[in-house]
Amino acid sequence: MEMPLFRAAIKISDLTVAYNRVPAVHHLSGTFAAGSLTAVVGPNGAGKSTLLKAITGTLKADEGTIEISGIAPRHIAYLPQRAQIDQTFPISINDAVALGLWRQAGILGGVPATGQESVAEALAALGLEGLGERPIGSLSVGQFQRVLFARLLLQDSALILLDEPFAGLDMPTASDLMRQIAVWHKEGRTIVAVLHDLTQVNQLFPQTLLLSRGKTMWGATETVLTSTNLAAAGYAVVPWETAAPVAMAGGQR
Amino acid sequence: MTVYHALFEPFVNYGFMRRALVACLALALGCGPIGVLLVLRRMSLMGDAMSHAILPGAAIAFLIAGLSLPAMAFGGLAAGLCVALLAGIVSRTTHLKEDASLAGFYLTSLALGVLIVSARGSNVDLLHVLFGTILSVDTAALMLVAAITSVTLLVLAVIYRPLIVECFDPGFLKAVGGSGPVYHVIFLTLVVLNLVAGFQALGTLMAVGLMMLPAAAARLWARDVWGLFWTASLIAFGSGYVGLLASYHLNTASGPSIILTAGIAYLSSIVLGRNGGLLQRYFPQPHYHHPPPEHTQ
Repeated sequence: MEMPLFRAAIKISDLTVAYNRVPAVHHLSGTFAAGSLTAVVGPNGAGKSTLLKAITGTLKADEGTIEISGIAPRHIAYLPQRAQIDQTFPISINDAVALGLWRQAGILGGVPATGQESVAEALAALGLEGLGERPIGSLSVGQFQRVLFARLLLQDSALILLDEPFAGLDMPTASDLMRQIAVWHKEGRTIVAVLHDLTQVNQLFPQTLLLSRGKTMWGATETVLTSTNLAAAGYAVVPWETAAPVAMAGGQR
Repeated sequence: MTVYHALFEPFVNYGFMRRALVACLALALGCGPIGVLLVLRRMSLMGDAMSHAILPGAAIAFLIAGLSLPAMAFGGLAAGLCVALLAGIVSRTTHLKEDASLAGFYLTSLALGVLIVSARGSNVDLLHVLFGTILSVDTAALMLVAAITSVTLLVLAVIYRPLIVECFDPGFLKAVGGSGPVYHVIFLTLVVLNLVAGFQALGTLMAVGLMMLPAAAARLWARDVWGLFWTASLIAFGSGYVGLLASYHLNTASGPSIILTAGIAYLSSIVLGRNGGLLQRYFPQPHYHHPPPEHTQ
């Protein structure tokens, strides 16, 4: 059987995204090709999460452009960092996962007739069978991340953005979720994931974007994650010089 | 004193008691869900701030149109929305967070309101604006309250999903193309509308009590959003019923009696609540053992 054809790609040209004039992403250019599986690595504060938010359209680009082809931006499946979700909110696992059907249901529409089954299937695929009625507040860190992956599964998107999908997870959970990412990759979806564990990057991700204020490298993982590049990236946060002259568009000062 | 005399006779015998009870029912149905959403959005003090912010609008309307509920409702709505929108704009365009900018605007608004009130001397009617008289609710006022409740429930039904997602996972709503601020403004409008509805019945200062006390109490009982809505509305209506009876039999002011009853419900919930109340926390049930109980036999 022919897999559905996913053709989602992202072309980034000279992108700068800043908070209060302090750039988090600085003059970045490159392409996430259709069907590629890319890890975004780099020290804290290098602009990894900012890049994902700019792609979803949550943050506006100060300069440069992001061209997304093959998918409407609102159909992108995005996994936020767990800290941005209120896990004390009184909502059941079923309801949280069913949000993945947003594209079909929208703001007012009912959940499609097959929706309940799809939710149950997604939960089963991520090892959460029979837990659907429980409130999300009762879940462990790993179980909650599985819930968020089940939601991604239902979103059935050609482009999946993951912000630190494995942070704070135990080995069995992380490897289950990595297996799911591998399945999505095989199906031809385009995946961009922010990661910290370079071993995981080497295991699973063919492409890597190394972001840092010292050095930005983009390409095949084995050519990017060399010790020279990593050292150049510094893995240390250098503060922006506030006294520096303001960089203007077109290189003027 | 028979049970009938104590619990039902006041409402059977007096039209003003019946109207007050129906007003409580309408207020409870609207304020319950609104209060719950304020609690879930961690904006519990927002209602209090807004109730102060609407004072100058109501006062100006009172000076122009006299003790006319629709006029004062409109004035209050305008003042409340101005403060809420200004606070929202300032928090998005400057360094101030929303709570700080809101505090700034509502205190200014409150001072303006008090200035207008005191400039016109000691008008007894104006005390009604501040403290309300639910026993003087007439049919027109009742219709206004009922209309606001109907609008509130209909609008909530329409924006329910994005509103819930925005407080549970705002990043998700943004990513699927929903505009959080739009729903936030619609929700704030509903908050102000419901405070205005509580105006005549409970006064500007106490209307917020029927919104927040039942909602906070409900959080200690119910485990999902629908349960919270129902519990809060039920506690609010129960407080209205018991408060009216208490005010009738003990000859106390009706508004404070209702809110105090809601306060007692809140305190009891803190102790007895089955979802995180004190008794449950300090006298816990024995915990399960591995393997889970259903496999031990």
